[in-house]
Amino acid sequence: MTLTRRGFIKLSGATLASSSMGAMGFGGCGVALAESVRPFKLAAAKETRNTCTYCSVACGILIYTSGDGAKNSHANIMHIEGDPDHPVNRGTLCPKGSALLDVVHSPGRLQVPKYRAPGSNEFKEVTWDFALDRIARLMKDDRDAHFIAKNEQGGTVNRWLTTGMLAASASSNETALLTWKVARAFGMLVFDNQARV
Amino acid sequence: MTNTWQDIKNANVVIVMGGNAAEAHPCGFKWVIEAKIHNGAKLVVVDPRFTRTASVADSYAPIRPGTDIAFLSGVIRYLLEKDQIQHEYVRAFTNASLIVKEGFSFKDGLFSGYNADTHSYDKTDWQYELDDQGFAKIDDTWQNPRCVINLMRQHVDRYTPEMVSRICGTPVDKYLTVCNLIAGTCLPDKAMTSLFALGWTQHSVGSQNIRTMAMVQLLLGNIGVAGGGMNALRGHSNIQGLTDIGLLSNQIPGYLTLPKDQEQTFDDYMKTRQFKPLRPNQMSYWQNYRKFFVSFQKTMFGDAATAENNWAYDYLPKLDVPMYDIIKAFEMMVHGEINGYICQGFNPLQAFPEKNKIRRGLSKLKYLVVMDPLDTETSRFWESVGPFNPSDPAKIETEVFQLPTTCFAEEDGTLVNSARWLQWHWKAAEPPAKAKSDIWIMAGIFHRMRELYRKEGGAFPDPILKLTWNYTDPVEPSADELAKEMNGRARADIKDASGAIAIKAGQQLDTFGQLRDDGTTESGCWIFTGSYTEKGNMMARRDTHDPRDQGITPDWAWSWPANRRILYNRASSDVAGNPWNPAKPIIQWDGSRWVGIDVPDYGPTIKPSDGVGPFIMNSEGTGRFFALDQMVDGPFPEHYEPMESPVENLLHPKVQNNPAARVFADDRADFGTPEQFPYVGTTYRLTEHFHFWTKHALINAILQPQEFIEIGEILAKEKGITNNGWVRVSSKRGHMICKAFVTKRIKPMTVAGKPTHVIGVPLHWGFTGLAKKGYGANILTPSVGDANTQTPEFKAFLVNIEPSNGPEGEV
Amino acid sequence: MTNYQSQNYIRISATTLTPPSARNHEAEMAKLIDVTRCIGCKACQAACMEWNDLRSTVGTFHGTLENPMDLDPQTWTLMRFTEHENDKGDLEWLIRKDGCMHCEDPGCLKACPAPGAIVQYENGIVDFISENCIGCGYCVKGCPFNIPRISQVDHKSYKCTLCSDRVAVNLEPACVKACPTGAILFGSKQNMTDWAGERVEDLKSRGFENAGLYDPPGVSGTHVMYVLHHADTPSIYAGLPDNPKISATVEFWKGLIKPVALLGVAAAVVSGFMHWVIAGPNEVQPEDEEEAHRIIEGKNAPKSPPEAAT
Repeated sequence: MTLTRRGFIKLSGATLASSSMGAMGFGGCGVALAESVRPFKLAAAKETRNTCTYCSVACGILIYTSGDGAKNSHANIMHIEGDPDHPVNRGTLCPKGSALLDVVHSPGRLQVPKYRAPGSNEFKEVTWDFALDRIARLMKDDRDAHFIAKNEQGGTVNRWLTTGMLAASASSNETALLTWKVARAFGMLVFDNQARV
Repeated sequence: MTNTWQDIKNANVVIVMGGNAAEAHPCGFKWVIEAKIHNGAKLVVVDPRFTRTASVADSYAPIRPGTDIAFLSGVIRYLLEKDQIQHEYVRAFTNASLIVKEGFSFKDGLFSGYNADTHSYDKTDWQYELDDQGFAKIDDTWQNPRCVINLMRQHVDRYTPEMVSRICGTPVDKYLTVCNLIAGTCLPDKAMTSLFALGWTQHSVGSQNIRTMAMVQLLLGNIGVAGGGMNALRGHSNIQGLTDIGLLSNQIPGYLTLPKDQEQTFDDYMKTRQFKPLRPNQMSYWQNYRKFFVSFQKTMFGDAATAENNWAYDYLPKLDVPMYDIIKAFEMMVHGEINGYICQGFNPLQAFPEKNKIRRGLSKLKYLVVMDPLDTETSRFWESVGPFNPSDPAKIETEVFQLPTTCFAEEDGTLVNSARWLQWHWKAAEPPAKAKSDIWIMAGIFHRMRELYRKEGGAFPDPILKLTWNYTDPVEPSADELAKEMNGRARADIKDASGAIAIKAGQQLDTFGQLRDDGTTESGCWIFTGSYTEKGNMMARRDTHDPRDQGITPDWAWSWPANRRILYNRASSDVAGNPWNPAKPIIQWDGSRWVGIDVPDYGPTIKPSDGVGPFIMNSEGTGRFFALDQMVDGPFPEHYEPMESPVENLLHPKVQNNPAARVFADDRADFGTPEQFPYVGTTYRLTEHFHFWTKHALINAILQPQEFIEIGEILAKEKGITNNGWVRVSSKRGHMICKAFVTKRIKPMTVAGKPTHVIGVPLHWGFTGLAKKGYGANILTPSVGDANTQTPEFKAFLVNIEPSNGPEGEV
Repeated sequence: MTNYQSQNYIRISATTLTPPSARNHEAEMAKLIDVTRCIGCKACQAACMEWNDLRSTVGTFHGTLENPMDLDPQTWTLMRFTEHENDKGDLEWLIRKDGCMHCEDPGCLKACPAPGAIVQYENGIVDFISENCIGCGYCVKGCPFNIPRISQVDHKSYKCTLCSDRVAVNLEPACVKACPTGAILFGSKQNMTDWAGERVEDLKSRGFENAGLYDPPGVSGTHVMYVLHHADTPSIYAGLPDNPKISATVEFWKGLIKPVALLGVAAAVVSGFMHWVIAGPNEVQPEDEEEAHRIIEGKNAPKSPPEAAT
């Protein structure tokens, strides 16, 4: 039986004096009892080991996804908690790490490439090809126009100063190496990361 | 970090100064609590505010922001005066006994060699006296007044407890309590660990802040030992990795440096980098620089890097200034000298000093590319968002690309933590909608550029056309292949001394000791060699065993260099090779080799009697109280006031600030005076947030929803400010209107006889995300950096505060 | 696998039946909150929200670091911060994780009129079974720690479950696992009590002579306990009750549901009491409290003044 506050009041106000307590007795909640403890939500979830994305304590985390990896199942991250094996955090996480799920699924996650034209007051969705073709064009034109092969003394310097780059200090080493290779092959020197902020 | 996070538990004293470990690194801070509970350690906190770290401290001392050098120079004076130093360590493992060149001097706030026009030093005399063999002269008896130890004693003599208190605002009794706790670790079997972060780096004297504590630690014999060390807690998850891989204007992976204009030939370049030993028998490990460099160039350009073209030396750009750091970049931008800017996972509109200048700079760009998982303020700098972002889109001609990227959970790869561990992580799910990895995007830009150069030609296309790109999937190279590339491999059969083939062509290398300077090896980052060998991916190891339970875990992931967990660990044993602290040994001499729980930071069979110093990267083999010419602002640290300060420099009024700091003219014009802005502002993080990301995470937005500043009760009363009331905080550069948190945790300090008030400005709010909109702390901060690294001075600047009627415009 | 069999219950609200009791050797569990090693980072709050799928609303700054502003139906634990100046004039920042104490003698359960809406498991966890809750608010009144909150949306009462779903599969509660400094521990009540003793010794050696364990006898002890540096004055920790007891009205109501007591109660008293039940809002008003006491007087006079938290 399901008893709401209103139902309780109605029942009790009108009839309590003449009813037995049995109406509210143990027998009445047998169905609900079977549902008491919430089912454990990680049963059969897939566990993936990862590292917290925030500070450089680098806590080990366990990412739980729905689905068993079958072809037709699109994994959805549904819970993240600390990796108890990790020698530093030993399963613990800070308030940022404990809430990683909410940054993975933030409404602020970008979904599609967007472009803002000069003077415009809005972003418009574009294709990846449009974005990358246009970026490469802009970069090449700028590099060709402003590349400094020789300095005033005639020394070889081969640098490009009119386009700069900031690299991401939460990206992987592998991303970092590839980024270094590309940026320096272009001759970029205006190049930094979050090491100082 | 020189040591590991878990090693903190071995400390007898933990000093948190220049950081707020409990709030910024809570899970690392657990090891401080472990030290307290299981090792009886005392926690000492020195901070302008009574932080959440201070809430569990045994001793707390307040300090005025920007005066750490004065405080710590006073500690050095105290240790020398009380003779509470570890004598044998100091004598054998530091440069205390070496003799400094006659020309070196310090007078009225300036070291010898200063040039007031260029704001820089001629550092010729910041050297040792050399003998005819080119070795530094030494006086083990410390009689020579030019010994480093004597010059240091003379230098810190001015920092009496009373002077420290007048400069720092720390009450003398609290200061002496801290000195006493620190001094107790001069015993060979006692250790203190220093935990610090941006509270030290974000000053115009940032690097010297850290050096001063390193000197304290050397005096106490606390470097290289269990529970000791200098432990930079570091910020972002891979800030260490990006620094290791040299994503800085002047760096090459593995702490190699880009050439300068005057180094026109490869030989010029090598001259200043292959350090010769300054004392007999020293390892001076940078002697191997050429091997690291050549192997790196082979990774970059493969067969196009040859002995004939000096290993493609000219393919690398050369620097005409020391650095193109972020302050320099935005200075160029506001002057129209930069047309394009790429922000990969970076939000400069929130993160860089003087927000209004940053917005002006971005508005002058022709194009801006933002790659990020989140909707950043930077990507929307052109939007009009009331007082929080007063832009006029119609007037901004910048083309902006907002490119969605994967986040940590959606990729494989490694990050380097602050303890130098490279830890592999695994992809858990696909990214949302059309988001792509940074690798895919960078590769996409590169391929398009290369194709344009192939088709059209253009400016110096060689390095672009010759860049190696031998990946199985060139469109999105795998993390495994890139990791192997960083480790390095043999390009030809490598033979050992006997002529036998030790490593076959194509095989992954085991150690950077195998690198050659003849082009037969390649390595994308020499300090990572050993991380991905023929045995497999060492960074993915998950064995938790911890010999002696000292927090080493040698088979968990992989640590650079050479899987070494504690740097300078040779110094954990005395000159004869016996552990200073027999209860917590790291490595020791067993009569034939160095044995113990860690990989020796030393030649494994070098005999103690050979007199090889434990600091093998330094050319004299010792730790340095006297830094030679390695710092731009002096071989000893000196107290200089922050660029904006409420008081005159009490030590030398004519040299108020760091004389070697680089300040751009328009930035200097934006400095305020104490008359207009009488209070000291300082910025910081709150434990509930990570920079400007977590306001996008609902839970964190709930936990700390809205911008506020912190102010002490006395100043609040003086100014008629009530708790939870609105205030207007201003600097010469801008203002913010937000809520006030009136607290007992910030109290006025008496500086030079006057009360000095500190106003705390947490930095997390902006105009995107789920939390309430805010101005961001960088609306207030000055555009000037540390003289050595150009880290912005976020921790000490001048502000004013007044009650406000509430928000302006849209909130 | 996660559902308790009825014989794991030791108490069920508003029932007349005694749960089966043969299998009675399960260990009592407890959470120990050592406020002396707590850094107030709110990891426990974040982990609680994440695990239990709770998201309150984004509030505002309100002159304290405490956010959300109070416990609410979607905030089951909350760090409370007190800037306390001690006798020496030194500042102590007392930070206490607030939430359900899982009393051995639970006032909420005793007050609850809805059958099976509140249960106590043999391991000591006091759990709200939302399906059975009628949102009457008696549990709020019955709780000496002012913990349960009634949702304005679904009119049901909510509080910490001690992660009964995790504990049922032998995992520690989410807040316990997350806590970076080990300020929240979980284990058998005996084990937690022993460890607390060691902590108290250490604190005494560091000059906190009044350090002690908070396991209040007024509710027959709790399954969430605190180590306090100043156990002589719990109320300085953001109003932690010095000597919590179940309100006398609740003790009376508890008597009422027993058939024998029910028969013994005069009809007038029943109707008066029921008027209070029917007319009373979710939170009991002072006049109701007064009336209830008036009714109780003479029948079941309280031994000491009621200390109901408000």
